[in-house]
Parts: sequence; structure tokens; C-alpha cells
Amino acid sequence: MILATIAFYFFAAICVASAVLVVTLRNPVHSVLFLILAFFNAAGLFVLLGAEFIAMTLVVVYVGAVAVLFLFVVMMLNIDKVGMKEGFQKYLPIGGIVCAILLAELILAGFGIRAAAGEAAGAASGAVVPPASTLTNTEQLGMVLYTDYFILFQSAGMILLVAMIGAITLTLRHHPRVKRQNVGDQVARDSKSTVRLVKVKSGEGVKP
Amino acid sequence: MVNSLMQSGFNSFFATAIDLVAKIMLIIVPLLVAMAYLTYAERKVLAASQHRRGPNVVGPFGLLQPLADGLKLLMKETIVPSGANRFLFLIAPMVTFILALVAWAVIPFDQGMVLSNLNVGILYIFAISSLGVYGIIVAGWASNSRYSFLGALRSAAQMVSYEVSIGLVLITVLLCAGSMNLSAIVEAQRKIWYIVPLFPMFVIFFISGLAETNRSPFDLPEGESELVGGYFTEYSAMSFALFYLGEYMNMILVAAMTAVLFLGGWLSPLESLEFIPGPIWLFAKMALVLFLFLWVRATVPRYRYDQLMRLGWKVFLPFTLFYLVLVAGVLVGMGWLPV
Repeated sequence: MILATIAFYFFAAICVASAVLVVTLRNPVHSVLFLILAFFNAAGLFVLLGAEFIAMTLVVVYVGAVAVLFLFVVMMLNIDKVGMKEGFQKYLPIGGIVCAILLAELILAGFGIRAAAGEAAGAASGAVVPPASTLTNTEQLGMVLYTDYFILFQSAGMILLVAMIGAITLTLRHHPRVKRQNVGDQVARDSKSTVRLVKVKSGEGVKP
Repeated sequence: MVNSLMQSGFNSFFATAIDLVAKIMLIIVPLLVAMAYLTYAERKVLAASQHRRGPNVVGPFGLLQPLADGLKLLMKETIVPSGANRFLFLIAPMVTFILALVAWAVIPFDQGMVLSNLNVGILYIFAISSLGVYGIIVAGWASNSRYSFLGALRSAAQMVSYEVSIGLVLITVLLCAGSMNLSAIVEAQRKIWYIVPLFPMFVIFFISGLAETNRSPFDLPEGESELVGGYFTEYSAMSFALFYLGEYMNMILVAAMTAVLFLGGWLSPLESLEFIPGPIWLFAKMALVLFLFLWVRATVPRYRYDQLMRLGWKVFLPFTLFYLVLVAGVLVGMGWLPV
């Protein structure tokens, strides 16, 4: 039990510290690398909660895909390091207000879950962890997601699809002069339509 | 009493720690040896397919060649290019190497013979292999060199693209097995190895594995004719060796994954051959897959980059998606869905 507590504070401390570094560091590439560290420690926290499926998905989706794209973009763009920090003072109050609201909401939600769990368990335990059962948490998650929240799940998928189509239509340009490879055409070519044998008379050459 | 309780607690803690370290060593040491001799096997297989002899000077049949190579790399000087980000430059090969090792924690060698019998084993491996790209991209950026950076960008795009189809292949397998635990997946293949019903998926997994480990014909990130050495152009000595070792370790990992997911892991192909212990079967299957890797390298020319992307996104992704739905439909329709 003590080990779990130590692990929790370890992960949580690194998570918060690297999150602070993400917004304060000057080099954007370093920021992204610390963002990855923060994701990792969040995954560690999920493992401590016994939600190993969510932990792994967090690593696969956020660290393995989203952060790679971040890193890609940040490395490719030559971001002006000084200009990025210019508005820092100006945006600080607004950012602070947003942070405060989010924190308040989190605390409220935490108390709400605690109260609900307390009622359910007869006020015996305030744990957020669902009661142990024979099902793995992947199966439990699937049961809830595909039955109770089916419509919400599907609409989340649709929203992502719309976002993807939007991104493609915004960036797709047809250049008339760019030659593209058409694999179907290439495969469909045969010797009859492309090669012809000509008897060439000497001194006359081949006429088209 | 409290004192003695704490004493016994500490003792048991140390006992588990020593037990764990011993088990980890038992996995890592043979793995390092296997990896060293995979380089030897690669050179021999390439030589054989090109009518050469390969390494045959150091030791009998050249068997000590990997050790000589390792010693040579150890003795060399590590050069950090000027303008490179020193910390990231040195940590990138370590990240590659450590990630290649960490994934082995969940590979089952026999019934119950696994370091960590994780419930989400398959996802764990998927997560770890998706992190492999960081070693490469960080190396390319920290080197402060055009060649390295271009190689790293290529590699990142390639790995992200092929991960998608690998993910769908994994989903198909776990749909058939009804579990994400690798031991359970092997057990589910007692009736029939998944290579038979899922043969197209096996082929796609193998090809995607080639792309994921940057092996030829998909070795564009290190295409020497255009990018010198790709992302490890600037690396030398041990930092170079760690990249190299990481690459071979990843190859062995993909071979192990193929054996576990499609070739029945530690199961023997015939009932009458069951006296041979499971790990030997697993190693034999891995050796077969690794030979395929080397064979492909010796025969297939390198892909063009746009063709590589086309294959990943326009061929493999739709096909795996279709096959996944097909498999799900068959399982539901025939009532074969594992409970």
C-alpha cells in the first residue's frame, strides 16, 4: 500500500513538473519532449488505478501518434523562439482564469464521484476504483461503451471523420502539371498497345 | 514483533527483487547473444545468396566475428558533432535500445514462462513499438545534419503509416482469440494456428513488420544512395552500435510476435512431437521468420518512397479493414465468437 502511494506521488510529481516545463521552456522541441513525459506519467497513474487498458491506449494514441505529429510539425517549422514568448505577460491573466475554472471543475467532479461512490458502497469506501469483478477492465469498458453510450460513441467517430474530411479538403490541391503515377494504367499496359516491330530500311529511319 | 515483521517484509521484498532481476537477466542475456549472431547469420545468408562465403576468418567458420565487431565498436571514439544537442544526441540511441528490450517482458516462451503475464499484453507491445519512432526522430533532430533529419522524417512517417495496418491485424487476431493476453492467444491456437484462417493478415503483418523495423525493401530512412546513413549518419562507436543493436532486437521482436500471433507460439505442430520443449518450438519458428527477413533483404530491391506510402495507406489499410470486418462477420455468423 505504501509502495502504491509512493508510486502515485512519484508519477504525479513528474507529471506536474513536466507539464510546467512544457509551457515555460524556450525551445519548442524540448516542450514537446516534456509533453511526452507528462503523457507517460499520466499513463502510469492510470496503471496505478488498475485501468491498464486506458493507460495503454493513452500511450498508443497520444504518445505514439499525436505527439509524433506535434514533434514533426515543431521540427519542420522554424519557430521564432523570441516572438513566441512575447505575448506571455499579456495572456497570463486569461490563461490563469481558464486554469482556475478547470481546477474548480475538477475538484467539483472529484467530490461528486466520491459522493456517488460513497452512496453506492454504503459510505464505506470513497475509492474511485470500480468494484472488482471477474471481467478485465477492457471488457468492462467495452460493455459500457457499446451498450449504454453507443450513440455518443458513434457520433464521436462521425465528428472525427468530419474533421478528417475537412483537413483533407483544405489541403488538397490539384496541380495540373504534376505527373502522377497511375498504377492501374501501368498494370493494364501490354506489349500490343505499346510496342510495334518495324522493318527499317537503311537510310530512311522510322516514320511515326 | 513489529521489527521482525518489517524484517521479514524486507527479506521477501529483496527476494522478489533478486528473483525478478534473475528472470530479466535470463531473458536479456540470450537475447543479446541471439542478436549478435543474427548479424552473423545475416552476413552468411546474404553471402550465400550472392555466391560468396561471408565472414570466415575470425574463429571457426567466422563464428567469433560478431564479438570482434562489438569489440571494435567499443574501442572507437564517440564523436558528437558541433552544433548538436549533446543530451538528446546521446540519449536517442539509448531510448531505441531500451525500448527494444522492454517489449520482451510480455513475450511468453512456454506455458506460464513469461516475465509479466499482462492482461493487455498485445496492447503493451503495440504501445512500446509505437514509441520506437522517438529514438529515431530525436536522433535525426539532435544531430543537426540535413541527412540525419531527412532520414528521421522519412522514418517517422513510415513507422506511423504502417502502425495503422499492424493495429488492425492485431485487432483481427485478438478478435479470434478473445483475449489480449499473449499466453491466452497462444492457447487459443491449439486447434488451428492462425496462419491458416488469417493467412492474408500474416502476410500483411510480415510486410508491415519489415517496414516498421526499417528493413529492406523499406529501408529508405537509411537509404545510403540518397541519405548517406539516414538518421544515424552522425553516430559513431557505441552510440552507433546501440542503434544497430536496437534494429536487430526489433527484428527479433517482430519474429517473436509473428510466432506468437500466427504460428502458435510454443505449441508443437504435431501431437507426436510434443516431447520437444515449448521454448525450442518458439525459437525454431522465430528463426524461420528471421530467415525470411534476411531472404527478403537479399532478393527485393528498395521501394520508392511514394510507392511505400501508397502501399501502406491505399492497399494495406483498406484491405486489413475489410478483412477485419469479414472475420468479425464470420465469427458472429458461425457462432465461433470466443466468450
